[in-house]
Amino acid sequence: MLTACSDKGAATAEGKDAPAAGDITGAGSTFFAPLGAKWAETYKDTTGVRLNYQSIGSGGGVRQIKVKTVDFGATDKPVKPADLDETGLLQFPIVMGGIVPIVNLPDVKSGQMNLTGPLLADIYMGKVKRWDDPAIRALNPGLKLPHLPITVIHRADGSGTTFLFSNYLAKVSPTWKEEVGAADALEWPAGLGGKGNEGVSAFVKQTLGAIGYVEFAVAARTGTAVANMRNHDGHMIAPSIEAFAAAAAGADWANAPGNQLLLLDQPGAQAWPITGTVFIVMHKTQDKPASGRAALTFFDWAYTNGDALATKMHYVPLPPEVKQMMRAQWSQITGPDGKPVYAPATPAPAVAASAASAQ
Amino acid sequence: MSLQSARHPDPVDPIFRGLAFAAATTLLLTLGGLIVALMIGGWPAISKFGFGFLTSSTWNPVTEVYGAAGPIVGTLITAVLSLTIALPIAVCVSVFLTQYCPKQIAQPVSTAIELLAGIPSIVYGMWGLFVFAPWFARTVQLPILTSLDPESFWGKLLAGVPNGANIFTASIVLAIMILPYMSAVFRELFRSIPPQVREAAFGLGCTSYEVVGSVLIPYVKKGMIGVVMLGFGRALGETMAVTFIIGNSHRFPDSLFASGSTLASTIANEFNEASGVHLASLIALGLVLFLITFTVLAIARALLSSQRY
Amino acid sequence: MDRALRRKIANQAFVIICTGAALVALAALALIMFSLLTKGVGGVDLMLFTADTPAPDSPGGLRNAIIGSILMCGVAMMIAVVIGVLAGTWLAEIGGNTPYGHVVRFLNDVLLSAPSILIGLFVYWWVVVPMGGFSGWAGAIALGIIATPIVTRTTEDILNLQPNALREAGMALGASQWVTVRSIIWKAAGAGMLTGGLLGFARISGETAPLLFTALNNQFLSFDMSKPFASLPGAIYPFAMSPYETWNTLAWAGALLITLAVLGVNILGRWLARDKDHK
Repeated sequence: MLTACSDKGAATAEGKDAPAAGDITGAGSTFFAPLGAKWAETYKDTTGVRLNYQSIGSGGGVRQIKVKTVDFGATDKPVKPADLDETGLLQFPIVMGGIVPIVNLPDVKSGQMNLTGPLLADIYMGKVKRWDDPAIRALNPGLKLPHLPITVIHRADGSGTTFLFSNYLAKVSPTWKEEVGAADALEWPAGLGGKGNEGVSAFVKQTLGAIGYVEFAVAARTGTAVANMRNHDGHMIAPSIEAFAAAAAGADWANAPGNQLLLLDQPGAQAWPITGTVFIVMHKTQDKPASGRAALTFFDWAYTNGDALATKMHYVPLPPEVKQMMRAQWSQITGPDGKPVYAPATPAPAVAASAASAQ
Repeated sequence: MSLQSARHPDPVDPIFRGLAFAAATTLLLTLGGLIVALMIGGWPAISKFGFGFLTSSTWNPVTEVYGAAGPIVGTLITAVLSLTIALPIAVCVSVFLTQYCPKQIAQPVSTAIELLAGIPSIVYGMWGLFVFAPWFARTVQLPILTSLDPESFWGKLLAGVPNGANIFTASIVLAIMILPYMSAVFRELFRSIPPQVREAAFGLGCTSYEVVGSVLIPYVKKGMIGVVMLGFGRALGETMAVTFIIGNSHRFPDSLFASGSTLASTIANEFNEASGVHLASLIALGLVLFLITFTVLAIARALLSSQRY
Repeated sequence: MDRALRRKIANQAFVIICTGAALVALAALALIMFSLLTKGVGGVDLMLFTADTPAPDSPGGLRNAIIGSILMCGVAMMIAVVIGVLAGTWLAEIGGNTPYGHVVRFLNDVLLSAPSILIGLFVYWWVVVPMGGFSGWAGAIALGIIATPIVTRTTEDILNLQPNALREAGMALGASQWVTVRSIIWKAAGAGMLTGGLLGFARISGETAPLLFTALNNQFLSFDMSKPFASLPGAIYPFAMSPYETWNTLAWAGALLITLAVLGVNILGRWLARDKDHK
């Protein structure tokens, strides 16, 4: 009781938004939103601190943190290092996930359809028009492919998912790079757009012969048929938490300036080719150190306690050594006085581990 | 005003009149502020693309080239289509209610139909995407696709992805949304006709069909065109319902069952993620939408100048 | 004879078509309500009103969204009623016949029919950007701007219906214009003006598009309107589009709730207006 009272007193002294002083506000990536809500629920039960996360899209999250209306932004498309320096921001990964192609064909179930990146690019450019096209047949000799037109479904809204998907296609298909390009919204050469991941999966479900791309968590939920992809090493693999983790395993975080890293077309026998990361973006200099401390405390808690929930919801936790590396970087986040606002609970091994992996 | 009494000055009177004037002026300032915001916000796009912004159908966030022609055409097509569907139904409904329907059930029936106007747009969107579109795809689009020659005229006109998300289904949902408004005002228009006119026509031996078609409708023709324009204005700016089911592609629609986009749906889809020229282009789309609706409204008001609905 | 028969047949066909059209319109209402009830009623329980919006797969309700909607609509209606009643009174009693009055009346009609998403852009530009963030106030202002022209218009129409004898009576008693308007005209027109307010309220309570850029959303119960603020449409929209069944159910339950509320307010407004007619 006593501590609660004194907390309240301190908060009131700090500013007019007293009741919300202990709360953390964040905004951005729609992909992060369900996990953020789940983490927030458990975190609130254990600590009483509320995390109010607004799912407004990755670009919106970066825009909001730049104008400081939130304590942190979350984005699926990493901010460029130059941009980070210019605006005094730090970004670090929080969790990963995969983007998977989904198809709606008679008698084709999850894991039966094989695709490659360049073929996917040709399909999305409208160059491969029917399911019995020789290019698809060659990859799927055992599959009964109908003479059905391919209906391409993409995202209608600007989205980090589209950013990763189009960057992957640009990476593996020079034609795609030249003719379409990569961004969070595109001038799509073919198909029609659904709003949000659910809009895409609803359209794919309703349309015989449709293909779409969604977050793995969504595909796992909605029961649409998920296709396999050929990865960088030439293996045809099915999407799974393990395959996303394999893609992350080869990631060289230590040599990524500003932690800008895309886990697309990563090497590794089991690596899924279209893997994404959610980045948290915060100001290096915190005007209100208490808010910065509250946010980092939450992320430290999520690193330590959040893996089980994340896996359950089909997200991929970061490898332990990456977490330690990021914890070490948090010392760059300081108050106006230049002192770090938050010191992780296990500092000594953290620094050692990150130093070791950095070399 | 002629009733103002100068002999009894009340100190509150000038304050009251001043406040009332200020409130009326607030409306003017709001509209002015809206235009200014749309012009300043959209200026980077307008100055960059010039007149080509209106004629180009490119909408490419990668190369940062934006043109409004796709959404403009989509907006106009869906609005015209929804009017084409809603207008005859609205006329028939209002004729039914004023001519044929027994008095006791006319009021409940008209209230029920007008309640359609109260259902929020987002509910229409959810219903359209999860209920109506799948039904439409199964029972209308698939039979058409399998029975029509794709190279024939009808085959081309009705070509499209069989999932119910297209400009036609969007127009049907829009039609349901503007129908109650139009039928309510038509009913008022028919009621405003002096009974002698109707009686005279019946006296000449006209059937009720002829009374409606040759006497009543011509009598309120001008007002009806005004109402049609107002319904058109509503259909132009409708956002959420359309966003759910139009298919959201920026290309020119090439058939009735093709996906498209509207000015409002494009803004709603992309606004929160956009920045820079993209954001300015979206606000410029808002300016275009405003100018179109303003023109339509101005015409409607001119036609309805004697009566206000 | 042939011609008479043709006329008779045409007339019969016309009657059938008109009746059919009315049935089509009623069927549309029935179908939508049926979908809402079948999909939404399963989510309506006590928790819907007592718990906040949950994480995926967790039990929860829409308390924060319901209260947020009520608060924002309440503030919006305060704005709309104050400005709308005054502006409507000015148009009906003071300056409606001046050139300026005609301009204001026309612009009010433009605002009345302006797409609501444009009102959202307007408030984003003039309130959200200068204030540095999404807030309940911005959402309330956007909704207020949508409701104001409705209140203005109904107020003017109702006041114009009041017989001039009322005004003359007030003047004859030596009352000032303010006292005449307040104690006689507004009182006489009260029920009609209330109807206008209710219709405005019904219109804004389901608005989604303008809230996307202004109030955003909040997953907790909050009374601080300077922060992002929850609303029913703001909760329904992402929940309807999510892959989580618990969220979908909540979205349909919320849609049912909001539709029933809007329809209820509409019926109440009509009932009040009809009551007035009979007097």
